[in-house]
Formats: sequence, C-alpha cells, structure tokens
Amino acid sequence: MLITRKAEFSASHFCRAASLNDDENRALFGEEAHLAGHGHNFVLEVSVEGEPDPITGMIVDLKDLRDILEREVVAPMDHRFLNYEVEPFAKVIPTTANIALEIWRRLEKQFHTPKFRLARVRLFETPDLYVDVVQPAAA
Amino acid sequence: MISLTRRYHFPASHRLHSPHLSEAENSRLYGKCNNPFGHGHNYVLELTVAGELHRETGLLVPLAKLDCFVAEKILRLFAYRNINVDVPQFAELVPTTENVVRVIGDLVRQHWAESFGDLRIHASRVQIQETDRNGFELLLSAPEIETLAAQRNESVMVHA
Repeated sequence: MLITRKAEFSASHFCRAASLNDDENRALFGEEAHLAGHGHNFVLEVSVEGEPDPITGMIVDLKDLRDILEREVVAPMDHRFLNYEVEPFAKVIPTTANIALEIWRRLEKQFHTPKFRLARVRLFETPDLYVDVVQPAAA
Repeated sequence: MISLTRRYHFPASHRLHSPHLSEAENSRLYGKCNNPFGHGHNYVLELTVAGELHRETGLLVPLAKLDCFVAEKILRLFAYRNINVDVPQFAELVPTTENVVRVIGDLVRQHWAESFGDLRIHASRVQIQETDRNGFELLLSAPEIETLAAQRNESVMVHA
C-alpha cells in the first residue's frame, strides 16, 4: 500500500552547463538558462510503501513524514536560490531531474526501517512538468 | 529509475458514432456524444519519457526538443481540429478517447527514433484527460517496441 504526502517550496534557480557557451546553453535549456535566475513554486509528492501496522492502522505516522519533509527538503530549499545556497547545486545543474534525485537521496537516508520504504518522489516544477524517481525493482 | 512527464493542452471536437451500429443503437450507446454536430473538449495530454539522465546536462530530454516533437507530430494534427473530419486516422475509427490515446501512442512510437534516437530514453506512457473526470492511460513498455517500430518504418521505406 502507498501513502503520499505533499509539500511545497518556492525557490529560484538557473540551468547552465559550464562546458557550454551562452548560445549552446540557451539552445539546450531555453529560458531556464537565464543567468540571473527565475523561480518556481515546486510541489513535492512523496510516496511511502508499507503495510498498515495492526495496532495503529498506520503505515507511517504522517506527522513523522511531514517532519522529515520539512527538515530535509522544505527548510533547506524554501525561498532559496538553489545554485548558490543549496548543496550540491553549485556543482550539479539544478534541473528538475537533478533536484528530484537530490530529494530522493536526502529522504532515502531517513527510511531505515523494515516497516516501510521510500517508493516514489514526484517533483512538479510547474503544473505541466514533473519528474518521478522510483525505486528500481528488486533484482 | 527516473522519468519526466510533460503536460500539453489541446482543444478539439469529435462525434462518437459507429458505422456498425444503427442510428438508435448509436444514440443509446453514446448518448450526448452522438450529437450529429459534434462537441468539444479541452484535452490534456501527458507524455512520459524514461531512461538515462544525461550526465553532463542533468536532462533526460531537452524540453524544447520534446515540445517541438509533440507540436509537430501530435498537436498539429489535433489542436483546434474536428477529430472525425481533420485527422486521417479517424476516417473509419470512432474517436473515443481510448482510440485517440492509441493513435497518439502509435504516432509517438512511429516518430520517436528519428527525433530521439541519439538519446538513451524512450516514451513510456501516454495519458489523456478528456475532462477532469475521464482519464485514459496507455503504457508504452520497453525500448524493444521502439526498435520494432523503427524496423517497421524501415520496411515501409523499402516498399516505398
């Protein structure tokens, strides 16, 4: 069974590859390449997989999940300029995919329990664009 | 595994009417959707791309390239059109959204390799909302399908 919790953060970023010149960056990233940056209201949906505990009837305490999202993602990223203020985006281009992967890495460390596991991170950069990171099927 | 989903909006009209059924049967089956003059929707199309992230750019696919692909191969055919009249694939096919999602899935498969053959990505899913309440989803599994489609294209070109 999956349970999904939503969180929002607003942040600015730009996307440019250091190895490319201005025109190449424009061609590849479009408006996202503008050096002064721009912002989005990012919407994050985090899905956790597990079975409801027979006593509490819960997969995971939603308050705990909310606190983890707040501590690991919202507090460090909300109202920040990702390229300048949030690791590792000084070196890693903060594309939607890279931000989603970084959120996956931060959250995965918080789920060291056999009772439930991180199943999916979905990050909306705009209502019309989102990236999913899912756990690969067990080999 | 990582995937990117992009949402596109297109208004279009259609009429549901099967030549294999009588007027009365069509009317009973399709109800309001059988109105002879047709009617329209604001369709919302989602296209999901899965595969390997380009290490240097952090992109699965350059968005402008994906948008261009969808605009040229799909929206050009459907947006602000009467699907029954204007889209050749529906000359003899009832434009239920099941069939629309299937035709769009075929178009994506057919043209994918020529646009994105250089990237290690594939189109994994097409989803259409006809209205907020009705959604239709088609999973396009595994790159083998694109390979098969590419082979089909090749053989078609040989015949031509």
